[in-house]
Amino acid sequence: MKILVTDKDGQEHTLEGTKDWSVMEVIRDGGLEMLAQCGGSCACATCHVYVDEAWISKIPEPTEEEIGMLDGAFNVNDQSRLSCQLFCTDEADGLKVTIAPGSY
Amino acid sequence: MTETIEKTDVVIIGAGPTGLFAVFELGLNDMKCHLIDILDRPGGQCAELYPEKPIYDIPAIPMCTGQELTDRLMEQIKPFNPVFHLSQMADKIEKQEDGSWNVTTDRGTIINTKVVVVAAGGGSFVPKKPPIKGIEAYEGNSLFYSVKKMEQFRDKCVVIAGGGDSALDWVVNLQPIVKELTLVHRRDDFRAAPDTVAKMRALVAENKMTLKIAQIMSLKGDNGQINALALKDETGEKDYACDTLLAFYGLTMKLGPVAGFGIEFQNEVIPVNTANFETNLPGVFAIGDINTYPGKMKLILSGFHEAALMAKKAFEYVHPGRKYRFQYTTSSSDLQNKLGVEEKQEQAA
Repeated sequence: MKILVTDKDGQEHTLEGTKDWSVMEVIRDGGLEMLAQCGGSCACATCHVYVDEAWISKIPEPTEEEIGMLDGAFNVNDQSRLSCQLFCTDEADGLKVTIAPGSY
Repeated sequence: MTETIEKTDVVIIGAGPTGLFAVFELGLNDMKCHLIDILDRPGGQCAELYPEKPIYDIPAIPMCTGQELTDRLMEQIKPFNPVFHLSQMADKIEKQEDGSWNVTTDRGTIINTKVVVVAAGGGSFVPKKPPIKGIEAYEGNSLFYSVKKMEQFRDKCVVIAGGGDSALDWVVNLQPIVKELTLVHRRDDFRAAPDTVAKMRALVAENKMTLKIAQIMSLKGDNGQINALALKDETGEKDYACDTLLAFYGLTMKLGPVAGFGIEFQNEVIPVNTANFETNLPGVFAIGDINTYPGKMKLILSGFHEAALMAKKAFEYVHPGRKYRFQYTTSSSDLQNKLGVEEKQEQAA
């Protein structure tokens, strides 16, 4: 499966997703610049991404915890998610995200 | 800045789990420790990022929270009476003629030590800064990430940004002295003590302050003086007049002054040899998440192991000429004395 990630310079990368990995892990494994400081425990808001509009309704909704954690991110909008809480499932094949400012 | 000079065997930079356990391993081998940490309490990431989150991979502890792990380590190292220098950052280390090191903190504390252990994890916790271009020009003039003197904000038109305890606490504390107060948060829900949130809501109801559900997009002003913030909400972006911004978006980890100590770094981590976790500087060690070596895994248990091997080598610097004695806590009355085992048994009896 593929994850399409736009980096801080606006360049799009097609990354190979491993089933059940988080999108944060795929981005980190792909060598793109992203802080992801807490390592995936939904505790720091430095893996903030914007999910492409077309994909927002196709992925599971954020938990209360994730919504709360986004308080520590910047320029949060309706497409904001923490990439450590998005997972590589069959439904997410082709998911498009952009790494948000403040997370690199 | 007041200068105080202290003397010890080992200075540990970072009071996270690895730094705390290092006190234990060093203590068993008769080395006294001082710890420096920028946070106001020990625990490092365990205290700041996930105090209530469960940890399942500490050997023999099936589950504990970050705070419980910290509390247990504090209890374990209590017999060695470590000295904590909290809410301060190690600013520089300087080699002395006798081979010892002087470690200076940003509060002017100077500690003379035989060994330095860098256990700084992912770096120092510092306030998150909004990713706004040119924001640095306002920092310290009209933009602040903490409150040092409340008086500085008297009669100001203050905007406080954030939705956690820091933001809400300062809303309640500063409201009586400022001219105008506005809290800006991205949603009408707050991750702060319910009591403080209720106080804020009451102030809003009494028209003593304003609550804006919006996000700050940019700062406007001249020569470091803010005169307005561009606030974005569902209706669009509008300027909002104020002269002071206090931003509380939580903390983030930055390497900080340790990068300038003369220790060799590679990609923001310190290469060490795995026999003793010494850096390129003799007598300076690096353990825990801040180091790297072939096969390194950033786990708390790796930090614990590294602390034990580091302590063995540190012994050579602290007690030159003394023979290192390898002992087990289970059977050594010497180690048990150091741990105060007899006293504890008497207390229990």
